[in-house]
Formats: sequence, structure tokens, C-alpha cells
Amino acid sequence: MNYLDFEEPIKELHLQIEKLRESQKKAGVDVSAAIADLEKAAKAKTEEIYSKLDPWQRVQVSRHPDRPYTLQYIEYLTNNNWIELHGDRTVKDDKAMIGGFGFIDDVGVMFIGQQKGTTTKLRQYRNFGMANPEGYRKALRLMKLAEKFNRPIVTFIDTPGAYPGLEAEERGQGEAIARNLYEMMKLQVPVICIIIGEGASGGALGIGIGDRVLMLENTWYSVISPESCSSILWRSWDQKITAAKALKLTAEDMHNNRLIDGIIREPLGGAHTDPTATFENVKQVILNELATLSKLNPKDRSEKRIDKFCSMGVVVQ
Amino acid sequence: MSWFKRKIDGITTKSKEKKEIPEGLWYKCPECKNVVTSDEHADTNWVCAKCGYHEKIGSREYFSILFDENEFTEIATNLTSGDPLEFTDTKSYKDRIKTTINKTGLKDAMRVGRGKINGYDAVVACMDFAFIGGSMGSVVGEKFAEGVNEAIKNKCAFICISKSGGARMMEAGFSLMQMAKTSGKLTQLADARLPYISFLTDPTTGGVTASYAMLGDINIAEPKALIGFAGPRVVKETIGKDLPQGFQSSEFVLEHGFLDYIVERKDLKHKISESLKFFKI
Ligand SMILES: [Zn+2]
Repeated sequence: MNYLDFEEPIKELHLQIEKLRESQKKAGVDVSAAIADLEKAAKAKTEEIYSKLDPWQRVQVSRHPDRPYTLQYIEYLTNNNWIELHGDRTVKDDKAMIGGFGFIDDVGVMFIGQQKGTTTKLRQYRNFGMANPEGYRKALRLMKLAEKFNRPIVTFIDTPGAYPGLEAEERGQGEAIARNLYEMMKLQVPVICIIIGEGASGGALGIGIGDRVLMLENTWYSVISPESCSSILWRSWDQKITAAKALKLTAEDMHNNRLIDGIIREPLGGAHTDPTATFENVKQVILNELATLSKLNPKDRSEKRIDKFCSMGVVVQ
Repeated sequence: MSWFKRKIDGITTKSKEKKEIPEGLWYKCPECKNVVTSDEHADTNWVCAKCGYHEKIGSREYFSILFDENEFTEIATNLTSGDPLEFTDTKSYKDRIKTTINKTGLKDAMRVGRGKINGYDAVVACMDFAFIGGSMGSVVGEKFAEGVNEAIKNKCAFICISKSGGARMMEAGFSLMQMAKTSGKLTQLADARLPYISFLTDPTTGGVTASYAMLGDINIAEPKALIGFAGPRVVKETIGKDLPQGFQSSEFVLEHGFLDYIVERKDLKHKISESLKFFKI
């Protein structure tokens, strides 16, 4: 288990619990009461810390190395029974953007999402969840496929941004994202977008136009990462904590500003402490939302989607 | 709403424009160092007569180039930023807005006018780089939206002249969603079967490139403009190498298939009106 810097007190308690368990095993002394007390204390500490996470700490949780990624969600939701689809039919298969179809209970769904790697090697293979234009074009291809066969779309957003590479520019990163925004507005099937980790800028929005846009509790979504914001506006990397606060990038802030439609709760201590509980929450939300959304006629649904995004913004007359 | 009738003569000598055009009576081309009077420079559409360098200009100049007799009705004139996040970096966003309004005489980074282009009705939205780097916040999104509405109402073409560093960071999530908003409005314009011409000028980057600037029925650009999603500095840091000559220039973007053509300022009006003729507007 990996701990974040502010989780140090929790780590201490967990270490003590482990030590007691060891000594119990070795010496055969019954210390179960002491262990129970420490477990209670660890839970209380976690509650205390997680009840007042600041925005920068949420950003840290959203990037926690043990946090579940898109593939794990899809595997849980489809009972490990789904078919992955590859390629944009033009350039290549982008490993940072995955997609395919399967069934949640008996509901057929097209899944799309950025995928991060779990090991150093896989992180590189997945390009750290930063898609190239062909990733966005693959995503759109799968969305149009879902639309053709009248299946809803669920996207999982988890990216530090669209890849800012040389070939990405040559192949039109800007156009690829723009095209997705435009086409997703018009999709005639229900679209649910869930931010499960990092929602950075246009790279996130490129699969983020939905009838419902939801954020897991410990995720962030904004126009720029706190680090980059700090470096541009403060001309230093040291203001990331201040920037995280200023950007109002947490699920709660984004919801209060009506830039997303809802928040999905995570288990105490973050999604990674109990992935199954997280997946189950997500599953129930998806099924509930799909039940509601599928009652609307396709044209109204798309119009509502467009109107929702068109109403975003604050101006003074 | 009111009708504007402005003469283009002498525009460049106004202090408001000093950010983009050197103050005073003379203009020195930064490329070939050729010196002409400001009036002469304006007469060539702020393009160097010697080397063809296109000086950065703003909505006032573009409107004067495009609209017949420089006559147009400006719409959504009173919108200003609302600072929804009460954002403060080294300076409060509110103060930044106030200072920039005073300095530039502009309300935000986009102005929208409706008028005639060689007799064809059109709504033209034009970005002003002088206003916080032409950054896209709620006001830009709303003005773009009202421009599209105006085009639909008048059954005419919509033209957007982009010149932007990208998103307005001080509006964070609100700024990001303007990418969605403007793209959504363009679906409505398309449903009404009205043309959208996207004209990209130096520079067009970030969220503007990744939304409305790349969504034209035709995408056109000024020569040698910087056009890209990621800024060149970021790309350079990513690849850890120097960038090839001409990377992210209009010519590069044309070559890679994302522009229909590059147009010199002197031909802009004619090419646009020819397009509107083809689109039967
Ligand atoms: Zn010159």
C-alpha cells in the first residue's frame, strides 16, 4: 500500500497494527483488543483527514498510484466479459485511449476511456494516459458505432492532458478534440461521462460531452493542472497548492458551479482503499442514469445536452 | 445596437492600438525593417509592402477590411467578465479585467459585428489578442453564441477570426466549458444549413484550436501564423529537441491537411465573398 504525505498518521497506525499482528503470531500473546483499538483509531484518523481534504490533497488522491484505472472499471462492470476494439482506421491504435463493448447486467454499453499504466513499463506503453489525435478519433469511431446500433456510451476520463508531442501536432490534435466535442453533442444515444482520476483540459473534454457528466469524489477537472497553472501565472512551480485552490477544480466546486451534473461517492480513504465498493457505486449510478436517459427521445436528449453546455459561463451585462 | 460608421484612416495612430501597432506616424517592419508611414501601412491592410509580413491586428482593423464601407452593427456589446471563481494569482482577475479594459478600450477578447461583405450578409466574430492574450473565457463563449444566434436569425453566414493563446485560466472550469459551448452552437448553425468560415490568424493555439477554430466548413489562415494545440515551448519540452523549421506555421498546418487554404489579407474579402456565393447565402 502506498501512502500520500498527508496520510502519514494513518500509515503510522497501520504499521503499529502490523507489528502487533506479527508479535501475536510469534509470541502467541492475545493482543486482539489492542489491535481493534488501533483499527478504530486508524479509521477515525482517516475520517478526520478525509473529511477536510484541501484541493491539492484531492489532486494527490486522484493520482494515487493504487487508484483504479479505466480497464478495471470496465472489467468489473462487464464481469470480465467485454470485447476490446482497436484503432482509428487511419493511423494506428492509441494505447492511451481504450474502448470496447460489453454488458452491465443486461445493458449493452460502449465503453471508452483513457488508460494509465500500473508499472513503469506499462505507464510508458499507455503514454501516461495522454492520447494522441488517433486516440480521440478511435473514441469517436466507437461512439458512432454505438450510435449506429443504438447502444449507450459510457466514457471514463483519467488524463493529465492530450499528448503535446510533435506528431500529435502534425496529425491535428486540436482538430481531433474539436471534432469530438462537435460530434458528441449530436450523438443520438445516451452518453455518460465519468471523471475517475484526472480531468485535465481539452484532453479530458475530448471524451467529456455527455448527458450526464459525473465526477468521483476525489478527482479533479479543470482547464489546466495546478502545476502548469502555477508555472504560467506565478512563473514558479511552487504555487501548485494555491493554484489548486484557485482553480476550483474539485468535484464539489465543479458541481456547485454547475459545470458537472453530479458526484459519485468514494469509500473512506479514497477509491483505491476499496475498489469493489467504488465500482459498485459507479455501476449503480450508470444503471440509474441510463434508465432515466433512455426514456427521452434521441433528438430531445441531444438538444438538452447542447443546451446544457451552452448555458455554461458567467458574464456581466 | 447601433450602426457604426468608421473611417479606417488614422486608426493606427490612436493610443489604444499601441500594443499591436507602434505609436506615431511611422511603422517599421519587424521582419525586413522597412519603414513606411502609418497611413501607408494601413493602406496595405497592415501588411509590409516589401516583404509581405502580416502585422498582428485586432477586430477594429479586420472589420474595416471585411465589411463594406466599414459599416456593421455590433452585437452583444455590453458583456464583460463576471469573475465567477473570484480568482487571484499575482493580481486579482477583477483588477486585471479592469486594467485591460482601460488599456485597450475593449470589453473582452472578442467582438461581433453583422454587416455586408461584398453585398453578402454575414456575422463576423473577431478575437482581440490585446485583451489578455485573446484568451477564451465566458464572455468570448457567450459572444460567439450570440453571433451564431444572430447568423441563424438573419439566415446568413458566420465567420470567426481566431487569434488566441487559448483558455482563460482565471476562469478555469468555466473557460474549459466554452470549448463545449462554442462547439455546441456550431451544431445549431449547421442544422440551419448556414456556412461557418473559420479564419485562423497569428497565433491560434490551445482551447480555441481544439474547438471552434478547427470546425469551419472551411478553415483558412493568414500566412505564417502560429497554429497549434500545444504551444511550441511545451512541444519542445516534451520531445526534448529543437523544433523543425516552420513547425506549427500556417504552411505546416495546410500541408498536414487541416486548412483549406492560406490567404493574404488583400485577398481575404474577395475569397470570403466568393465562398459565400458558392454557399448560396
Ligand atoms: Zn517587411
